[in-house]
Amino acid sequence: MRFATPAPPLSLRDVSGYSFALVVCVLLLGVLAWMLRSQRLREKYTVIWFGVIGGLVVLGFVPSITTWLTRVTGVKTPINLVFILAFLVLLVVSIQLSVEISRLEETARTVVEEVALLRLDLERHVAGELDAEADGDRVVDEPG
Amino acid sequence: MPAAVLVVVPAWNEHETLPLVIAETRAALPNADVLVVDDGSTDDTAEVAARAGALVARLPVNLGVGGAMRAGFRYAQRHGYAVVVQVDADGQHDPAEVPALLALLDAGADIAIGARRRDDEASPAHGPRRWAMTVLSVVLSRVAHTHLTDTTSGFKACNYRAIALFARAFPAEYLGDTVEALVVAARGGLVIRQTEVSMRARAGGVRSHNPIRSALFLGRALVALGFALTRPRTPPPARGTPARGIPPHGRAPLGRADGGRAERRAADGPGR
Repeated sequence: MRFATPAPPLSLRDVSGYSFALVVCVLLLGVLAWMLRSQRLREKYTVIWFGVIGGLVVLGFVPSITTWLTRVTGVKTPINLVFILAFLVLLVVSIQLSVEISRLEETARTVVEEVALLRLDLERHVAGELDAEADGDRVVDEPG
Repeated sequence: MPAAVLVVVPAWNEHETLPLVIAETRAALPNADVLVVDDGSTDDTAEVAARAGALVARLPVNLGVGGAMRAGFRYAQRHGYAVVVQVDADGQHDPAEVPALLALLDAGADIAIGARRRDDEASPAHGPRRWAMTVLSVVLSRVAHTHLTDTTSGFKACNYRAIALFARAFPAEYLGDTVEALVVAARGGLVIRQTEVSMRARAGGVRSHNPIRSALFLGRALVALGFALTRPRTPPPARGTPARGIPPHGRAPLGRADGGRAERRAADGPGR
């Protein structure tokens, strides 16, 4: 041995992919927790994201789970299984968001209609037009 | 005591044609109230309508005809109107034809549709749009157990039972105010009838004859119809009289003694 080779400078390539993924997951968990704490995110949406990220953390710590899963499901390459699961999760999440948007639209529609009718009634009351029919003309609760 | 008939005019940026429509309506139906539902217009539609003597409900954002009409039905329900007549703001519906619709209601219908006459000069349908109209007519005629020729007509009269149903469940989807509304009504046990009326060319702008748009209309109409038919049915309104307990103007309730249950039984019959 004539001389020791100098150690190469540390680069990103030396960081294992698993630890990189783990760091990202932990960061995401932190962001989610903060959003929940500061009330930017309703709890019902956080649950699913905590589930997804928790799953990723477990996979990161115990990558052999994917190998076992591929054997069970018959998928040849473990990474493909991970991709399929990821796509499925994102699909479910976006469908859930569409459902929520539809509900919000219906809510907004009802509120907008109500505001318009209240304004009309208010204007007519101010103008004194509704006095003549005030008798028995109470607002009726609609069913549903 | 308000008038028995409320004419609801959904309007979105229609300040040019609206004054004439309101004036004609007031002339043809002096005892009716006119409610313009300003559907989030960016022009002075609301002011013009108020100046022309109509009641104006201003939706702060644009909801489409479905939202505007449901607001109209809710207003009618709360203030105890016996009949709602929908008239378009673009002037294609002639208010002088409204008595023909009211006559249908008196004859036992819950919803009276003013259908465009076949030989009408203003008839706009060609190509795919025409096919769509035909399919809609055939299917909806079966659903409603009556002969319908113009299912996308916005010229309709509704009695208090239809008002009660629509105040709750008037659809907001594409074509919801015409096609799906009829499906909801028919499956809710309401009686739908039509009468032919003359319609005029639309005062503001012409309907597109672009074949691509017509094809798009065909596709969307079929999708809308398909979904409308597969949705769970809206329960029919409870049997009863208008919100006030007695119909305004002492008008006899227009529903039949059994509250339309015979029709519902028929609609629930075999084949479903």
